[in-house]
Amino acid sequence: MSNQILERPKSLTQKQFHYCPGCHHGIIHRLIAETIDEFDLREKTIIVQPVGCAVYIYEYFDTDVSEAAHGRAPAVATAIKRVSKGKFVLTYQGDGDLAAIGTAEIVHAAARGENICVFFVNNAIYGMTGGQMAPTTLPGMKTATTPLGRDVKKQGYPIKVSEMLAPFEGVSYIERVMVSSPKHIIKAKNAVRKAFKYQLQEKGFSLVEFLSACPTGWGMPPVDAAKWVEENMTKQFPLGVYKEVGLDD
Amino acid sequence: MAKVVIDQERCKGCGLCVAACNFGNLRIGENFNSKSYKVSEFVGEDCKGCGFCYMVCPDTAITVFRDEKVEVEK
Repeated sequence: MSNQILERPKSLTQKQFHYCPGCHHGIIHRLIAETIDEFDLREKTIIVQPVGCAVYIYEYFDTDVSEAAHGRAPAVATAIKRVSKGKFVLTYQGDGDLAAIGTAEIVHAAARGENICVFFVNNAIYGMTGGQMAPTTLPGMKTATTPLGRDVKKQGYPIKVSEMLAPFEGVSYIERVMVSSPKHIIKAKNAVRKAFKYQLQEKGFSLVEFLSACPTGWGMPPVDAAKWVEENMTKQFPLGVYKEVGLDD
Repeated sequence: MAKVVIDQERCKGCGLCVAACNFGNLRIGENFNSKSYKVSEFVGEDCKGCGFCYMVCPDTAITVFRDEKVEVEK
C-alpha cells in the first residue's frame, strides 16, 4: 500500500487557482498554506489581500481574509493586529501594490515595527493590467509601456524594497528568495517559516520578498521565465537575508 | 516504489514539473482537459518520490504517493 506524503495543504480550499500557466503565485500560496498548517494557525490567521493578480486570495485560503484598498494592506493589517489579540496577521502583496501605490503604508508599517508578516511578490511588471512597467521593472526590460526597454534616464531605477526597509529599527526580519527551482523553493519555505516565528515571538515587522515569474506579462514560456528570474532578476535583486535580529530558541 | 497522480482538471500544462523531474518521469501528453490545456502525465517506472514535481507545481495538481519504507540500494 502506498502512503500519501505530499498533497494540497489543508489551508487551501479546493477552488482552482485562476493564475496563468506557470505563474509563481500558486507556489507561493502553497508555501504559505503549508506553513499555516505546520504551525496549526488556520483558525487564528487573518490574511490581508492586495489588489492585483492575487486579489482573489479569499477564494483559495481556508482562513479569514480581509480586503484592503489598493496598497493599504499594511495599514489594515496594523489595525487588525492591534485590536485582535492572539490573531496571526499577514499581508500578501504584489509589487504594484506594495512598491507603487502602497509605498507610504509599507514604509510606515516597517518604521513602527508592526508585528505583522508581509509576503511581497516581485515579478517586475504589472501582471493583472496587461504587463505595464512597474517600479521594480529591470533597466532595459521591455514592457507594454516601455516598448524600447526601461530607460533609466527617463523612467529611473527600480525600487529595491528589501534594501530600503532593512535599516528601520522596528524591522526584525527581511529576506529575498525566489521559487524558480526545488532548491530555491525549499529555501523560500524556510524563509516563510522564519517570518512566521518572528511574528509568533512578537519580534516585530517581518518581510519575505519573492522574486516571481510572470510568463504571460513577460511573453515567455513558463520554463524560460523561471530561468530568466535566475539569470536576470537576481542580478538586480540579489538574494539573501537583509535583516535578522535573532529568534529566542 | 512511488507514484505521482496528476489532477487533470487542475493542471494547466505549464511544463514546470517536466523540467523539474530528474528522471524524465513526466511529460506533456496529447490529452486535453476541459479547459483545453494539454496536461502533464506520469509515465515513469523509476519514480523515487522526491517530490520535486509537487514543489514546482503552481496549481498543486500533483499528489505524490510513496511507500512507507523505501529500500535504498547500497
